[in-house]
Amino acid sequence: MKKLLLATAATALTAGAAMAEGHGETVKMGVILGFTGPIESLTPAMADSAELAMKEINDAGGLLGGKMLEAVRADSTCVDAAGATAAAERLITSDGVAAIMGADCSGVTGAILTNVAVPNGIVMVSPSATSPGLSTVEDNGLFFRTAPSDARQGVVLSDILMDKDIKEVAVTYTNNDYGKGLSDSFIAAYEEAGGTVTINAPHEDGKADYSAEVGALASAGGDVLVVLGYTDQGGRGVIQGALDTGAFDTFMLGDGMYGDQLVADLGDDMEGSFGAVPWSEGEGTTAFAAMAVDADINPEGAYTRESYDAAALIALAMAAGGEATSAAAASKLLEVANAPGEPILPGELGKALEILANGGDIDYVGATNVELIGPGEAAGTYREYVITGSAYETENIR
Amino acid sequence: MDILNTLVLLANFVFVPAIAYGSQLALGALGVTLIYGILRFSNFAHGDTMAFGTMVTVLVTWLLQSWGVSLGPLPTALLALPFGIAVTAALVLWTDRVVYKFYRKQKAKPVILVIVSMGVMFVMNGLVRFIIGPDDQRFADGERFIIGARDFKKMTGLDEGLAIKTSQGLTVVTAVLVVAALFWFLNHTRTGKSMRAYSDNEDLALLSGINPERVVAVTWILVAALATVAGVLYGLDKSFKPFTYFQLLLPIFASAIVGGLGSPLGAIAGGFVIAFSEVTITYAWKKAAGYILPESLAPDGLLQLLAVDYKFAVSFVILVVVLLFKPTGLFKGKSV
Repeated sequence: MKKLLLATAATALTAGAAMAEGHGETVKMGVILGFTGPIESLTPAMADSAELAMKEINDAGGLLGGKMLEAVRADSTCVDAAGATAAAERLITSDGVAAIMGADCSGVTGAILTNVAVPNGIVMVSPSATSPGLSTVEDNGLFFRTAPSDARQGVVLSDILMDKDIKEVAVTYTNNDYGKGLSDSFIAAYEEAGGTVTINAPHEDGKADYSAEVGALASAGGDVLVVLGYTDQGGRGVIQGALDTGAFDTFMLGDGMYGDQLVADLGDDMEGSFGAVPWSEGEGTTAFAAMAVDADINPEGAYTRESYDAAALIALAMAAGGEATSAAAASKLLEVANAPGEPILPGELGKALEILANGGDIDYVGATNVELIGPGEAAGTYREYVITGSAYETENIR
Repeated sequence: MDILNTLVLLANFVFVPAIAYGSQLALGALGVTLIYGILRFSNFAHGDTMAFGTMVTVLVTWLLQSWGVSLGPLPTALLALPFGIAVTAALVLWTDRVVYKFYRKQKAKPVILVIVSMGVMFVMNGLVRFIIGPDDQRFADGERFIIGARDFKKMTGLDEGLAIKTSQGLTVVTAVLVVAALFWFLNHTRTGKSMRAYSDNEDLALLSGINPERVVAVTWILVAALATVAGVLYGLDKSFKPFTYFQLLLPIFASAIVGGLGSPLGAIAGGFVIAFSEVTITYAWKKAAGYILPESLAPDGLLQLLAVDYKFAVSFVILVVVLLFKPTGLFKGKSV
C-alpha cells in the first residue's frame, strides 16, 4: 500500500512537471517506433520524416506564438508489448510529451493505446498500424491513424472482384495477424456483396514446398485464387505451386504481394492477374518527395509519407485547438484533416499555422491525400493493377 | 471420362508429388540407416549434412552457370553434384576424425554419440548459414516440365491437367539408380560385404581381419554421397533453404524408423510410407469425390482429414505408433 501511495505521488509529481513543461517554450512530441526488431530497417526514415514536419513548423516560427516542437524518440520494438508499454510510459511520465506520433506495428500500438495513452489522456497518431481491430478499440477519441485499415483493403479487393464479375474464389493467407485480419475483412466484404469463398486456407511462410496447400486449394476450386501473403515468402510459393500444377491461372494479390521480383520471375505465367496496393499520388506526394530528398530521406520508403502527415496533423490540431495539449489536439484533429478549408500540402505548414492563428479553416492534404474517416483513420487510396507483359499496369485508383 | 479425370487429378496432386517426395525421403533415410547400422548411433546432423552438400553443389552450379556451361534440358546442378559429394565427404571424414573417433575409442554409449551429433548439427547449421545465408536460393535451370498441365489438357482433352516437373522425373530416376548401385555395392563387393559383417557383429568382424577404420571411412563417404544427392534433388524440386533441411530431419527419421533402423530396404519403404501418408491425409478429396460420386452425393465439405498445417504431425504420429507397437519397424531392423 505504501509503495502504491509512493508510486501515485511520484506519478502525480511528474505529471505536474509535465504540465509545467507543456506550458513552457518547448512542446515535446513522442516518436515511438520500432527502432529495434522486425521493421528496424524502415523506422529511421519514418522518424526522420516525422521530425521533418516538426522542423518545418519550428522554422516557420513555432506553434502558438513561438513554442518550439521537440521530438523524443522511443523504441516500440514492434513485437514486444511489455517493452513498448514501458517505453511509452517513460515518454509520458519522465519526458512529459504532449502527444505521441506512433506506434508502428498493430500489436504494440494497441498495447500502448489501452495501457498508457488512454489512461493518461494522450493523443496517438499511428502512421502504419493497419489492423482492422484498432478501428473498434475503446480509445476515448484519442487514437488516429494516417494509414488505412486493412478492413478498407478488404472492401477494395472485394469491389475489384465484383467489377470483374468474379463470383467464386479460393483464399489463402499468411498465417499471422496481418494475413488473418485481411482475409477476414475481405471475406466479410465479398460475401456481403454476393460472392462465394470456396476455401480460406492459411499457409506458413518459409517452407520449401507448398504442393499440399495448393492441392487443397485446387480441390476446393474457384475462378481466381486470392493470395494475401508476402511476395518473397509463402505467397510466392503458393503461386509457383499453383502454376506448376495448373491449379489456378489467375490470381488476385493483396498489398503484401506487390513486388518487382515477383513479376520479373513469374510474370509470364501470371499474365492477367491483378491486385491492389496502397498508393498515393498527386501534388502532395510530389511536394513531399522534393522535401524529403533535400533532407536526405528516401521518399519512396514505406510509411515515410504517413509519418510526416501524422506529426504534422498533431501539431496543426494543437494549433487549431489553441493549446499544446492532447485534449486540444484530439478535439480538432478531424477538423484540420478534412474539408472544408484551405488545402495544405507538405511544405505549407507555416501557411497553415497562419490561417489557423487568424481563425481560418484548413484541410490538410499532406503527402498522402489525408482524409480521415470513421473513428479517425485514413480512407486510403489503392492502386488497382493488372499484370501485363511482366509489368504492373495501373487500371484504376480506388 | 470421369474415372480418367479422377485418376489424372489424383496423379497430379497426390501420386506424382508423393513419389518424388518419397524418393527424396528414402535417400535421406538410407543415409541415416547406414550410420545407425554401422556406427550405431542416430545421426542428428544428417539434415544439415544434406544442407551442406546442397550448398556446395549450389555454389559450384552458380560457377558453372557463370561460365556458360549447361546440360541443355537437364539442370546444371547434375554436373556440380560430384563436387558437392567430394567436398561433403571431406567434411564428414574430417568431422569423424576430430569428433566421433574420440568417442569411438572411448566406446561411448550410443546416446552420448547422439548428443555429440547434435553438437555437430549446430556447427554445420551455422557453417551453412555463414557461407550461403539463411535465405531461399534458386539454382534450378534447364527445362522446367516434362509435361505441363496446360499441354496435357490440350493433348488429351481431359478437364484435369497433369504436370510432371523435370525435377520430379529426375528425382525418381536418380533415386532408382543410386539405390541399385548401393545394393550392388553392399551385396557384391568385398568392402560392402565387410561393412555388412561389421554391422552384424563387430567383434567377429574384427577377428576376421576387417579394418574398422576403413569400414567407417567408406560408410561416411557413402553417407555424404546419399545426403548430397537427396539434398540436391529436394532443392531442385522445391527450393534450397537451410532451415527446411533441418526440418526434414523429422520425416527422414520417421522413414528410417518405420522401415526398421539399419535396414536399407526398410528405409526406402519407410520413405514412401511417410510421403504418401503426409500427402493423402492432408489432401482435400472433395474434387475427386465430385467426379466419382453421383451428383446427389457430391460433398459440400472439403473431405480433408487434417489441415495442411499439421503435415509434420503425421510423421510424428506414425513414428509414435511404430515405436509403440513394432519398435523394429516393418523390415525387422534394430529396435531403437
